[in-house]
Amino acid sequence: MTPPRKKKMNLKQRYALMTRGLDWETSYQKMDDVFPYDTFEGIKITDWSKWEDPFRLTMDAYWKYQGEKERKLYAVLDSFAQNNGQLGISDARYVNAIKLFLTGVTPLEYQAHRHFAHLGRHIRGVGPRVAAQMQSLDELRHAQTQIHTISHYNKYFDGFAEFPHMHDRVWYLSVPKSFFDDACSAGPFEFFTAISFAFEYVLTNLLFVPFMSGAAYNGDLATVTFGFSAQSDEARHMTLGIEVIKFMLEQHPDNLPIVQKWVDKWFWRGHKVLGLVAMMMDYMLPKRIMSWKEAWEIYFTQAGGALFEDLSRYGLRVPKYADIATEEAEHISHQNWAIFYQYTQAAGFHTWLPNDEEMGWLSEKYPNTFDKYYRPRFEMWREMEAKGERFYNNALPQLCQTCQIPMGYTEPGDPTKIGFRDSVYKGERYHFCSDGCKDIFDDEPEKFSQAWLPVHQIFQGNCGGADLSDVLKWYHMDQGVDNMDYTGSPDQKQWDAWQAARKKVAG
Amino acid sequence: MAVVALKPGYEDAVEIRDRKENFHGNQVVYLHWEEHLSFCAATAFPLPPEMPFGALTEKLIPQFYGMHPDFKSLDWNSVEWKIDGEPATPDMSKSLAENGVGHKSLVCFRTPGLNGYKGSCS
Repeated sequence: MTPPRKKKMNLKQRYALMTRGLDWETSYQKMDDVFPYDTFEGIKITDWSKWEDPFRLTMDAYWKYQGEKERKLYAVLDSFAQNNGQLGISDARYVNAIKLFLTGVTPLEYQAHRHFAHLGRHIRGVGPRVAAQMQSLDELRHAQTQIHTISHYNKYFDGFAEFPHMHDRVWYLSVPKSFFDDACSAGPFEFFTAISFAFEYVLTNLLFVPFMSGAAYNGDLATVTFGFSAQSDEARHMTLGIEVIKFMLEQHPDNLPIVQKWVDKWFWRGHKVLGLVAMMMDYMLPKRIMSWKEAWEIYFTQAGGALFEDLSRYGLRVPKYADIATEEAEHISHQNWAIFYQYTQAAGFHTWLPNDEEMGWLSEKYPNTFDKYYRPRFEMWREMEAKGERFYNNALPQLCQTCQIPMGYTEPGDPTKIGFRDSVYKGERYHFCSDGCKDIFDDEPEKFSQAWLPVHQIFQGNCGGADLSDVLKWYHMDQGVDNMDYTGSPDQKQWDAWQAARKKVAG
Repeated sequence: MAVVALKPGYEDAVEIRDRKENFHGNQVVYLHWEEHLSFCAATAFPLPPEMPFGALTEKLIPQFYGMHPDFKSLDWNSVEWKIDGEPATPDMSKSLAENGVGHKSLVCFRTPGLNGYKGSCS
């Protein structure tokens, strides 16, 4: 006899059972012992059930959606490979932006996967716990799809092969790495504020829009496709970010000063890390989308302005030093590219000087600053190159104790003076590039006095040796291949040979 | 402010990575040529504290800053020095330590009249 057919549950019931229904109050163990991480930061949660799930997705539906997206993505990647998509990009210089992405950003996706998995176990409230579990899987998927997409370029171009190793060791990659290490070694609420809110909500458009539009403008269909495949996940991550902030602020008035401090800190840290994207947009894309300054105006000044106006009803204000960051949008891309140009010998991608047309574009986009402060710098270097005396900085740079970037940023209001800040903690002096970075240190000197600063580590003998060549070996950087200028690189030779072969075929 | 940490005693377990003892007898010294920002940041060197200050002007600075077009016009007698932000008149024959240059000190020098490529501070 066939059993009577059971009535199917509706979506709401399924959702309730498969998320909140999976939770229980422990009886043999104290809840505080089971969830030891979610109280020490001082965030007070009086009622976890007040958490509004920002998206109603159950795990079975999640698998289905992600599986579909995966099939579409891999179909495009196959076709990109079969059609030799690498030949369709605007210029081989473009590939250097992808090198920066794979070495600097993709490992952060993996870090995010790991830490959201941790939160998916350790947050007491079941709503955010389930959200963190799904985001953990998203982040793993993003790391994988990025590696798979970019692996095609690894077959034809240098600088990709050692990306996880480089991420852990190379001087400038300590900037994104230490940013994420800082977040992962914080408590769960600070991590949510750092990554889900400050990064994924406030600043994400300044990372993904430039890279994905840059890819589209420069003929890189593969990267555009992984961008699209990640987009619906990113939308979920953003809603989680905003919900976490509102939840903390609604739960208890004592949470406001803690949350504000984290928002200030992570806005500033994010702004500094995004300086790498700024330089990518203004200098590394053969076909440019918009300037960093324009992107900052649209995605931070306007969109961020509206966001913080909305959040002002909770007492939250615009991050401290947002005005300074906005002023820096006139400078940061030029200053960063100048760092990599003079340390090209230690960069895992190629560098070059902007040509006349590119300098014209920069003058137009930066009428207040480019011609006055940065054009002369590039023209001096161009003259030196022409004389066979290319400018290399052969000494190591002073690094900021907090953001770990060479201290190449200028004083607010005076672009002719490097900004120097310092603090003394337990008799030791520490240096910072800005008031923002100094404040972060002063608030937690115990944490930041432990920073692994690449330059000091080289001096201490922990990076393979004292000579540049030894250090580059330790970085797994293939010297004369991965590093140095684009002109004369094996990448350029290969690209020029392809172009010549095409011309021959075309007759 | 009290440290916010999961476990008590965090502060005592902190390992300061850049203590002077970790640099094998050297101390870190930072040099910066003001108004010459084509050198993107101050530069860092592990130097013995007993090294004479004069070795900076005779050896180190020419070696690492000598390629700048302004360098050939540099007159050491007119240079203005700052050590850790304070104006200083270093004694070239005395050591770094005797001149007040300690671990992670910043030594800035300004060259009046020379302010970068075409006066651009680059």
